[in-house]
Amino acid sequence: MTDTDIEPTDTVDARGAACPGPLMDLIGRVRSANSGDVVLLLSDAEQSLTDVSEWVDETDNELLAVEETGDDYRFYVEVA
Amino acid sequence: MTDRVAILGGGTGGTVLANGLADRLAAEIDGGDVEVTLINDGPDHVYKPVWLYVPFGQREPADGRRPLRELVDSRIDLVVDRVTGIDTDAKELALRDAGAPLSYDYLVVATGSTLAPDEVPGLAEGGHDYYSESGALALRDDLLSMTEGHLVVSVVGTPHMCPAAPLEFAFMADDWFRERGLREDVEVTYTYPINRVHGNPHIAEWAEPIMTERDIGVETFFNADSVDPDAKTVASMEGTEIDYDVLAAIPPHRGVDVVADADLGDRGWVDVDKHTLEAERAENVYAIGDAATTGVPKAGSVAHYQAGVVGRRLASEVRGRPATATYDGKTLCFIETGMDAASFVEFDYENPPSPAPPSEKLHWSKLAYNESYWLTARGLL
Repeated sequence: MTDTDIEPTDTVDARGAACPGPLMDLIGRVRSANSGDVVLLLSDAEQSLTDVSEWVDETDNELLAVEETGDDYRFYVEVA
Repeated sequence: MTDRVAILGGGTGGTVLANGLADRLAAEIDGGDVEVTLINDGPDHVYKPVWLYVPFGQREPADGRRPLRELVDSRIDLVVDRVTGIDTDAKELALRDAGAPLSYDYLVVATGSTLAPDEVPGLAEGGHDYYSESGALALRDDLLSMTEGHLVVSVVGTPHMCPAAPLEFAFMADDWFRERGLREDVEVTYTYPINRVHGNPHIAEWAEPIMTERDIGVETFFNADSVDPDAKTVASMEGTEIDYDVLAAIPPHRGVDVVADADLGDRGWVDVDKHTLEAERAENVYAIGDAATTGVPKAGSVAHYQAGVVGRRLASEVRGRPATATYDGKTLCFIETGMDAASFVEFDYENPPSPAPPSEKLHWSKLAYNESYWLTARGLL
């Protein structure tokens, strides 16, 4: 978990959504993103810590950073 | 002054709510203090769970249709028309056929889900679904003539209606082909977008061993990206490609355009407070059922319970009292595990599901409820 100054291209606010909502919202946004874009996912579901990192591992996308703010989790995903 | 309640959509949520208000506010409606209008874009109420059985030749789409006029209390003004615009500032609904807009004091959006197969190239041409009458009939034609090959059950988009139905379809197909002595010649594969076979980890944990035991192939982290109807292949974002002979797909879902245009939420769903069901982006607007973004499944039981909550809240509001009823996430669901066995789950925001051991009794309970559903629609059960 790190603090980051990465500037996202797009932000998906999935706070309040139950799993797998946050990951599916991220996947939906990655589908329409361009290569090199950085999508920031905001989620307050702890399960996202597993879901997001495992999904990114399955793809050519890259998880640049994960932040824990205390209220939510912030995932920065660079689109392949 | 008359309080005008407009309910947009005559599915499970809208119909149960209309009948609930007719009962709860009978005196006020009879006295002219309250008017309740239910607007639907067709004359029929459609009970979608019937479609699961259509591809297996067990039910007909007509079994899930009844005229709304027969189901809805006579105290309710039923308008068969299409709403083409929602103005939450002016509190008016524009209607396609009626000359004048319909004004409301309270609006309940119960517009449900629509299918968006066009979001995945080739899906509409190459796959079938059982989430529509036409899809279920086309799938039935393919399944009834299938004696060998590869059946792929693919969850393409979530959220979708009835999250258990893809598992049910895979289990039922396995059993159906087994009963007909064809299972050794028909391979069954189930795909899911995330790293387990169902969005809810408790249900996934229960279902996965059953799939292994029944020799149902599983592909997780499979987000269908395109379908090639000629080559009969489905390819995923993750780089996997699967050949199929019959593709039973759960297409991406959306809400309705008129809700999206009113900016009540994303993709035609309404952002709501998940307890009060009040819209977050407009005053005096509620949303129930599939249309409401609460995080619980898009399922008939949810619409039913939410209709009860909003009915109680509206009754309080028109009587000038504080609305205290809240929705706790209650969801009930029967899950078919074959052609003659089913499980059952009940859960809410705080308590996760724990699927019951599959039994014939639960299967018949599900079928019995499907028959008695019409009492639910009437507000009696």
